[in-house]
Amino acid sequence: MQALLHQIFSGIATGGIYASVALALVMIYQATHHVNFAQGEMATFSTYIALTLINYGLSYWLAFLITLVVSFIIGLIIERVLMRPMASAPVLSSVGVFIGLLLIFNSVTGWLFSYTVKAFPSPFPEAMPALGGWVSPHEAGATAVTLIVLLLVYGFFRFTRLGLAMRAAAYNPVSARLVGIRVGWMLALGWGLAAAIGAIAGMMIAPIVFLDPNMMAGILLYAFAGALLGGIDNPLGAVIGGFAVGVIENIAGAYLVGAELKLTLALVIILGVLVLKPAGLLGRAVVSRV
Amino acid sequence: MPALLEVNDLYAGYGETTVLHGISFAVAAGGVTTLLGANGAGKTTTLRALSGMVRTQGEIVFAGARIAGRASEEIARAGIGHVPDGRGTFLELSVEENLRLGAISRRDPGIKDDIARMFGYFPRLAERLRQQAGTLSGGEQQMLAIARALLLRPKLLLLDEPSFGLAPLLVAEVFEILGQISRAERMSILLVEQNANLALGLADHAYLLETGRIVMSGLAASMRENEAIRRSYLGY
Repeated sequence: MQALLHQIFSGIATGGIYASVALALVMIYQATHHVNFAQGEMATFSTYIALTLINYGLSYWLAFLITLVVSFIIGLIIERVLMRPMASAPVLSSVGVFIGLLLIFNSVTGWLFSYTVKAFPSPFPEAMPALGGWVSPHEAGATAVTLIVLLLVYGFFRFTRLGLAMRAAAYNPVSARLVGIRVGWMLALGWGLAAAIGAIAGMMIAPIVFLDPNMMAGILLYAFAGALLGGIDNPLGAVIGGFAVGVIENIAGAYLVGAELKLTLALVIILGVLVLKPAGLLGRAVVSRV
Repeated sequence: MPALLEVNDLYAGYGETTVLHGISFAVAAGGVTTLLGANGAGKTTTLRALSGMVRTQGEIVFAGARIAGRASEEIARAGIGHVPDGRGTFLELSVEENLRLGAISRRDPGIKDDIARMFGYFPRLAERLRQQAGTLSGGEQQMLAIARALLLRPKLLLLDEPSFGLAPLLVAEVFEILGQISRAERMSILLVEQNANLALGLADHAYLLETGRIVMSGLAASMRENEAIRRSYLGY
């Protein structure tokens, strides 16, 4: 029982990371109907920026904050410079750009920061007896950070003018323009936010899996499975799906398929959702009249 | 009366197809002008051209500024409200959010009062405030679209077939309210309408569009008397 609870709690902790990355994927998907395959590598790059700042002597949370700002700006620039000219290009061209971005970020990260695996510090204490040993302090802290981020994002979209404008631009760009919303900038802002959310996920997962240029490759797959499971067009669904995949992955890894087949499980979830319920658990099935 | 909007030799189209072949017209400040015409004459395209939604060539002068070639959002911010073909509802958002979006480019403190004033015109919107806009009936969505465009506080309101798909009783109601609005808000309206009878009843000035060219224009009252218009568009 103790062991099962432990698996569930650490599943929730990693699930939180998947949920953040899934949310970043959904944010860009909602606005552009494309999945940003480079989301994970962008997050890895951001995590290296944080590590560089920390090694430079900055305190963890200051480095954290600067990394968020820098990641936001990188996301903004990618949208303005690379994605903008692709706005009316066919789907395959955009997919090509996403894969190109993935490769570029991956090799630039390796080239700048080397391919050797590095430890990444956790901002949370080593041991916390209050947690009863079911969950490590870092797992608990990372889950808390993830939940705070998700709440902030939710509040931003639900209660601010800018959030409303961004939602309007994503749902109905033509009408959004007619009420004076600068749709292009809303898109760029979405990319910036997604990059910042990805950066948080990277910094939270790095202490667990260690930092190397390919750190996020598997995580992106889990996050994508989570986003699909919850509904790729539904932010709340993506978050719930992310947590669910984390728990499923941990329990199945411990009791069913073993650690080697955990990643395969993510693919099975992706396939299962696509075959059985393509809209996901909370997504809307899009029906178009002909 | 000085013209609020002046269009000179305007061409517009989609891709390779040209729909408007050099039309010229004007909208007076503070009046209702209507563009009449059959299906496919280019009425909707004219409004889209004014809002920068299609490729254009020619001159569009609005409130003294050349706006041809500007982005849609900048034209909206310059003061042109557009109730588009198909109503342009943000289906996934609530009625309240749709209304707030109408005023999203404004920075003044009068937005709350303006939304309350819209409830005066369209009480049904107040009852449906928390409802998802996609669940509204066609008539309610039309009211929502008009309210949303008015909340921009435009100098010029473009209306694309406000009677489309509405029950006759509702059409009368919407046009009654449009009349009230044009008198109360001192705003110019450019109305595109297939129902020529209704449109000429509301407008002071009218243009007749046929396959992308303006073939007749004049005061609404005298257009009503015109034999050709009566037979082709009014049906008596």
